[in-house]
Amino acid sequence: MLQLIAQRLTAAVPGVLGVIVVTFLLSRALPGDPAAYFAGPAATPQAIEEIRQKLGLDRPMWEQFIDYIGDLVRGDLGNSLTTGQPVMQELVTRLPASAELTLLALVVAVLVAVPLGVLAAVKQGSWIDHLSRVVTTAGVSLPTFFTGLLLVYVFYYKLGWAPPPLGRLDIYFSPPDHVTGFYLIDSLIARDLELFVAALGQLILPASTLAVFALAPLARMTRASMLAVLSSDFIRTAKAGGLRSHTVVVTYAFRNAVLPVVTTLGMVFSFLLGANVLVEKVFSWPGIGSYAIESLIASDYAPVQGFVMTMALLYVFLNLLIDVLYGVIDPRVGIDA
Amino acid sequence: MTTVAAGLPADKPRRSTGTAAFLRHARYVIGENPVTAFSFGLFGLLVLAAVFGPALVPHDPLASNTARALEPPSAEFWFGTDQLGRDIFSRVVVATRLDMGIALASVVLAFLMGTLAGTAAGFYGGWTERIVSRIVDTIMAFPLFVLAMGIVAALGNTVTNIVLATAIINFPLYARVARAEANIRRNAGYVEAARLAGNSEPRVLLGHVLPNILPLMAVQCSLTMGYAILNAAGLSFIGLGVRPPDAEWGIMVAEGAAFIVSGEWWIALFPGLALMIAVFGFNLMGDGLRDLIDPRRRT
Amino acid sequence: MTDAPVTHIPLLSVEELSVEFRTRNGTVFALEDVGFALDKGETIALVGESGSGKSVTAFALLGISDPAAKVTKGRAVFGGLDLLSQPEKVLRELRGRELSMIFQNPRAALNPIRPIGKQIADILLRHGGATGQTAKAKAVEMLAAVRIPDPERRAKAYPFELSGGMCQRVMIAMALACSPALLIADEPTTGLDVTTQAAIMDLIRDLSRERGMATILITHDLGLAAEIADRIVVMHAGHIVETAPTAQLFANPRHPYTRRLIGATPGEGRSLADLTAIPGGLPDLRKAPLPACRYSARCERRAADCEAPLPRLVAAHSLTACHHPLS
Repeated sequence: MLQLIAQRLTAAVPGVLGVIVVTFLLSRALPGDPAAYFAGPAATPQAIEEIRQKLGLDRPMWEQFIDYIGDLVRGDLGNSLTTGQPVMQELVTRLPASAELTLLALVVAVLVAVPLGVLAAVKQGSWIDHLSRVVTTAGVSLPTFFTGLLLVYVFYYKLGWAPPPLGRLDIYFSPPDHVTGFYLIDSLIARDLELFVAALGQLILPASTLAVFALAPLARMTRASMLAVLSSDFIRTAKAGGLRSHTVVVTYAFRNAVLPVVTTLGMVFSFLLGANVLVEKVFSWPGIGSYAIESLIASDYAPVQGFVMTMALLYVFLNLLIDVLYGVIDPRVGIDA
Repeated sequence: MTTVAAGLPADKPRRSTGTAAFLRHARYVIGENPVTAFSFGLFGLLVLAAVFGPALVPHDPLASNTARALEPPSAEFWFGTDQLGRDIFSRVVVATRLDMGIALASVVLAFLMGTLAGTAAGFYGGWTERIVSRIVDTIMAFPLFVLAMGIVAALGNTVTNIVLATAIINFPLYARVARAEANIRRNAGYVEAARLAGNSEPRVLLGHVLPNILPLMAVQCSLTMGYAILNAAGLSFIGLGVRPPDAEWGIMVAEGAAFIVSGEWWIALFPGLALMIAVFGFNLMGDGLRDLIDPRRRT
Repeated sequence: MTDAPVTHIPLLSVEELSVEFRTRNGTVFALEDVGFALDKGETIALVGESGSGKSVTAFALLGISDPAAKVTKGRAVFGGLDLLSQPEKVLRELRGRELSMIFQNPRAALNPIRPIGKQIADILLRHGGATGQTAKAKAVEMLAAVRIPDPERRAKAYPFELSGGMCQRVMIAMALACSPALLIADEPTTGLDVTTQAAIMDLIRDLSRERGMATILITHDLGLAAEIADRIVVMHAGHIVETAPTAQLFANPRHPYTRRLIGATPGEGRSLADLTAIPGGLPDLRKAPLPACRYSARCERRAADCEAPLPRLVAAHSLTACHHPLS
């Protein structure tokens, strides 16, 4: 087990290196003078020159790259021009908001998509199969930001069920003491049920928006994979042994069918992390996506770079988790596979 | 020599059955699946709107009229007016050209880069393959939309860079498919025959391997077109690329977003619907085309 | 159905079994009026080319046919119950306990991500009234019974860690775990190497003798059938063409197809040159109406009256469906 994790970690190294090289190149690819860009639109030539030296832009590329890696190791992603704060600090403060939203969305998507896909496969051609087809086709065609706005209009403006789409908590509440940074968990730790409900209320619409998006590939893959497994030889053996249909579907078919679904999770994470940015904008969610958008519009480059890097490393890490999870489920994954 | 080719229905043997047979097959697939026919209809509509839209719309898409701002849909303004009193219907129709243009340009670019790089990687193997794979893996190590954001931010906030960024994140899809297909074919009978006939390797690649991969890549194009539209609209939704007052679906939804909470739903709804229908149409059409050209992958 | 005395009740009696497949390209008449009987402890072999309907018969008996398959006619009385008219619930109780089946390609026929001991225990827990602990011990016992060395350790192995032959032993252990009255072995040695084939066949024969279990062996290999079956049922294109005790069938085949089949089977004292192929192929079972005798197109003894409905020529212990049998 440990060996498996160690091996996957090693395999992730080229990915991480690639990410670092690309973000470095992107930061040097700025049109015109990067120093002017980093200094911001209002800087004097003198200030630009200072920045150039501070950033080491007058030195050879490889030296700059080594400096860049040194900075990364020290956790230094530069400072934001607009706030003057270190980018790293800002990202760390905002990350829990994004993570809570994305994870909740993923959980909701999996809880809906997997049973839907299984039922669609087991009852092929039934109404639930058709429902699943409609949901999956609509899910991939709906732009997330548009779904979000529709939900806001219906559930906030029309029905008044949801709170206004303005961040993680209504202004009447103060956030729970910071333990995990996840309001849902922290409010429970603080035994403040009212706060928990308030935080959940804020989360429901953005999380559903993201979930609708992530649901489609998961349900589609679950259905296809269940269908393939259900027609395989060992399911026939299980039936010939007189096993109950529950055992056949869950213990025999589903556990095998879940393997390709786990693989699909990688793609789903890629979608989710991207769509997260759009949803954060729609719901004024104070996560790292909003931070990146604000900085982009202010031509404040360091935070954007930090954001891209964070997201990419997060993604590499999530893929690593998926690999390990796969190895846990499938005994055939050898250490050297 | 036919052992490999026999397993690949899209290959040369089809030539012998001729265009008529292909058309018959096409009619069968479309007749069998009215949804595919519907998607072709949608596609035709989008093309018409993109080509003739600007000449046909009832109002000037850029003319503002603050006296008539924020009017709900009416006989005069079918989709209502926005915060500057511009006609939303006209803007939605006119935006088709820009949205389709961005998506099409990026798909074509990704198609060219991906097909060439992928085919070369699959055909030559060795270092070519290693380099292409490394590039593909590196791009895939990013959440794709986030990478697109980073690219546009770094290269500059222009429509051209949106096209470029969308093309780059689509590149791996094309390169992977092309590599796999070229790899199967590199020792196929007709490829060996072309070699024996004295063709140089690049000539074999371009003249004999590539043409057989193109139909599959075309399917890939229509499958990724919807994704390209979504991606480009997403980038302009967060304020990248297209700038006001240009009409573009993503930016129009973004402008309407502020008015959703006060109940002016039409500003965001109609461009959003247009976006959705376009993406939906391309996804359906992609599935239909796949059935047509590559029946093996039918699900 | 046959010449059995009135007092004699066979373990399984199949009568007029007809099965159709409704497919997109038309209806396939896969089985027509198939009938045979099997006594307690008896071993019979269903023999025929691929596509002759042997497996379809077995699947229909167990009620595990493909969803496209429809039983249109017939009875299959097993221990007083007509299997074909029982609801799924009753069949599920019988399968694995009274009726068991083993399949070809054993490695694919086992759940790839479940330890084999657990897969055997699943069957025991379902039917055997075993508890968690006893099921585990019984599973190991079964592995020992099918002569798997070191059964304690092997019980924790996954199918991919075992050879094809080992996997087939595991299948047999699963099938016999609840001591069924009838075992159906569908091409149990296909895909195994020759020495393993012999070992698996010996195992099946020994175990069915030990336990007094009736066995239906499904095979395309007449030689294999001859080694272990008491009687042989020859199938062709969804029809039973001849049924006879093994020795009699070889000594005195009556249906032209049987003779061809024997001629195409390698055996002792016969060189490869002696073997003859059977001309033609199976008819397309989608074309309705099919000829009364589905072998007639390939038959060298065909005559005008072959168009008439098939006769059932009953002789001592044998049955032939042919207008012009060999004498």
